[in-house]
Amino acid sequence: MTVANKILEVKGLKQYFGTKKAPIKAIDGISFDVYEGETLGLVGESGCGKSTTGRSIIRLYDITEGQIFFNGKNITEYKSRKDLLQFNREMQMIFQDPYASLNPRMTAGEVIAEAFDIHGLYKNKKERQEKIGSLLESVGLNREHANRYAHEFSGGQRQRIGIARALSLDPSFIIADEPISALDVSIQAQVVNLLKELQKERGLTYLFIAHDLSMVKYISDRIAVMYRGKIVELGEADEIYNNPIHPYTKSLLSAVPQPNPAYERKRVRIPYKHEENKEDAKVIEAKPGHFVYGSDDQVKRWMSS
Amino acid sequence: MKKKVLEVKDLRINFKTYAGEVKAVRGVNFELYEGETLAIVGESGSGKSVTSNALMKLIPQPPGIYAGGEILFGGRDLVQLTEKEMMSVRGNDIAMIFQDPMTALNPTMRIGYQITEVLLKHKKTGSRSEAKERAIQLLDQVGIPFPEKRFRAYPHELSGGMRQRVVIAIALAANPKLLIADEPTTALDVTIQAQILELMKEIQKKSNTSIIFITHDLGVVANIADRVAVMYAGQIVEYGTVNDIFYNPKHPYTWGLLGSMPDLDNNSNELLRAIPGSPPNLIDPPIGDAFAPRNEYALAIDYEKEPPMFQVSDTHYAKTWLLHPDAPKIPLPEAVARRIEGYQQGGE
Repeated sequence: MTVANKILEVKGLKQYFGTKKAPIKAIDGISFDVYEGETLGLVGESGCGKSTTGRSIIRLYDITEGQIFFNGKNITEYKSRKDLLQFNREMQMIFQDPYASLNPRMTAGEVIAEAFDIHGLYKNKKERQEKIGSLLESVGLNREHANRYAHEFSGGQRQRIGIARALSLDPSFIIADEPISALDVSIQAQVVNLLKELQKERGLTYLFIAHDLSMVKYISDRIAVMYRGKIVELGEADEIYNNPIHPYTKSLLSAVPQPNPAYERKRVRIPYKHEENKEDAKVIEAKPGHFVYGSDDQVKRWMSS
Repeated sequence: MKKKVLEVKDLRINFKTYAGEVKAVRGVNFELYEGETLAIVGESGSGKSVTSNALMKLIPQPPGIYAGGEILFGGRDLVQLTEKEMMSVRGNDIAMIFQDPMTALNPTMRIGYQITEVLLKHKKTGSRSEAKERAIQLLDQVGIPFPEKRFRAYPHELSGGMRQRVVIAIALAANPKLLIADEPTTALDVTIQAQILELMKEIQKKSNTSIIFITHDLGVVANIADRVAVMYAGQIVEYGTVNDIFYNPKHPYTWGLLGSMPDLDNNSNELLRAIPGSPPNLIDPPIGDAFAPRNEYALAIDYEKEPPMFQVSDTHYAKTWLLHPDAPKIPLPEAVARRIEGYQQGGE
């Protein structure tokens, strides 16, 4: 791997909800980097804090503690409208549910062009139509689709509109929060292929949040596994799959059913027993580029078993 | 020879809508034997849930219409039964597990009451106290810790996985011969899914229940099924043992489904073999083979005449003209062939 630029650095991010006295620690101090042009997969089960992480990074929440550097600048300090607009042009989001994330009273063209108005782009009508058309085409739809409403599209097509909207400002970084979970298997493959192609064409960086481990492995260069608000393991996709260290990762991987009956007959699920985090727990680089959260003793024990 | 529990013959279900009549299930045939699991796989709109709801006569009429066919169960044709007669079949001989355990349970009633209700309704136990005892047994059987305490819990006090266990306990209460599970693990996390699948297999072993398992997840199918029916556009397009379907698929749609899934062991940088386009509109189903417009191997006849079910082996059938003796021999798509080869080497 060539030395790539860090496009995003998350340092000690905490996001608490609820009251001060009894906070719900949705994100409990996580740090990670995302390199330019890569796909970082963020996996975990419901409630582990993976979606909250995505939303905190794009500033849908005001974070409780920590720093987020995007292109070297601390975005948590952004206050002025100008800074925020500039940031939003660079970072966009694709949501899980293509039924809930599109306004049913707007046409596909209006959905895509909404960002143009906010950012004062493409004021010339012809130029604007041209941009909407080319965005629709880049996600595999037709120019004529611009005049249709959300209910006239299938789930896969709606998700394509969601992707076109995310691309409308030519961002460099996209957070995809479970973008394929609501879609059928054959349609999932279409959307994943589209995301891969767009990444190649436009040099996009993805933070891909999902619970479907096989798709995450397929699309990601590196994977971070989240559990109870912490990143418990992070490394190259193959490394995480073939040589998991943290017992939670091992348990999660052992639970994924494979489309192979012979394998399924033999598969043994490894149950996970929650170990309280030790006081001296920290992020340890167990192998080059492969990070585990735990105490020295724990990691030593996990690696030998 | 195993005992046949259920036989569905040429089942047809339509729905009246303003736009026209939707032919949701278009002539489905299958059999189910004692103690086996049949998985019905397909995408949304393929008719898999309508088929399973039809077995329980849960299709609202109107707008639903039983447009033809028979559902033979215990020597009777369920299609012909009155609503009153069906009441004694539902929950008693045939029970159902639904996808979302929160909507399947009544949020205002304690879970204990929801289980004893079934027992008392179908006269499986005499007194209330007997019913309570049995209900606690059932909760214990489905792996709920502290069943005596949980008996008095409300659904919202339990996690998603625990709720689904309660739904299973309710389904098992009357010792049904047939259990229909409609995407029972789709709303659950993978680790919980694995536990629920293990539980269902264990129960089946003990009580020799037959299971119809509806899902879109091929991994789950490989885990739980003995036989598989692949549905597309309201019809079964391929039907066989789990090994037939995964190791010797014959229908191009099945190839497409297998090719759409990423391969965990194979880290290739190629794109997935997505099936192009989307399923047809069933108000006006296409003439000929409904899959033809999305099928790269479609023949001229596919646009004219519907293919029959061709027999591949004693257990394996597929509905594609490619199996006709005069059809060109199409080899398995390379990506699918490579994957199957990988399975057989690594899997045995």
